[in-house]
Amino acid sequence: MSNLKKIIYNCKQATFLIEKKEISRLSFREVIELRIHLYGCSFCKLYNKQSRIINNMVQELFRSSMHSEFRLDDDFKKELQDRIEEELNKN
Amino acid sequence: MYFDSIRVISVYFSMNHQLNPHQWVNAHADYLYAFAISRINDEEQAKDLVQETFLAALEKIGNFEGKASERTWLTAILKNKVIDVYRKNSSGLKTIDIKEAEREQDDFFDADSGHWIKEHGPKEFGIEDKNHIINKEFEQVLQKCMQKLPVLWKAVFTMKYIEDEPTDTICTELKVSASNFWVIIHRTKLNLRACLQKNWI
Repeated sequence: MSNLKKIIYNCKQATFLIEKKEISRLSFREVIELRIHLYGCSFCKLYNKQSRIINNMVQELFRSSMHSEFRLDDDFKKELQDRIEEELNKN
Repeated sequence: MYFDSIRVISVYFSMNHQLNPHQWVNAHADYLYAFAISRINDEEQAKDLVQETFLAALEKIGNFEGKASERTWLTAILKNKVIDVYRKNSSGLKTIDIKEAEREQDDFFDADSGHWIKEHGPKEFGIEDKNHIINKEFEQVLQKCMQKLPVLWKAVFTMKYIEDEPTDTICTELKVSASNFWVIIHRTKLNLRACLQKNWI
């Protein structure tokens, strides 16, 4: 099989390139290979879409957990501020 | 002229942030705790990190240039501590979880052609629509799938997509080669996506 044919049918390589392009630039050759692959592969077309959605959702997950109900208890906070004051007084 | 004066004002204000350690706990402790716990998932360890952050910050007070807000400055210190935890957790010979995760994806692709094996090929989640609002249930599934990732993979993925660290920093900090970095990013997403498909649809 020629190299070109290999990539046209190779979803493992195509999904690798999909991940790579999210972070860095693909080479010209990789861009062409991926484009040809996606043209003919509905699985990877869907993967491409889902991959980006997953990135967004993971980011959203971290953002929303920032608004969670996790709070430090007052005793711990008091101790902490006391400790800070203690350090400040040292200097 | 107009734009110049706006710039001057904004530079003036942005250089003028002050630190007030007497109010640190009141103003930032809960925020820093939430930041830590969203990344570490361990309440005790998160508490420790908040404390360490304040203490480290006290030592660095002299370095504060007032360019960033107090909270941004404290968060940057905490973030470095979180990255230390990522590194500690993923170092050593804990490769069993990685082997297991790799085995999971053995049958995703045909060994010869590299084509998706039909039953593992992507199926619609029903959330591909751009305007879809992610609901709580989906978030919970995603959270579980994240927890299932090998520690090193999760650290690499989180440092890239959440902490927004440059690739070479991640490679140095977590001691992975550049080529292994790409393999991990790819494998992480394959497992995460498959886990969502399995547990959501």
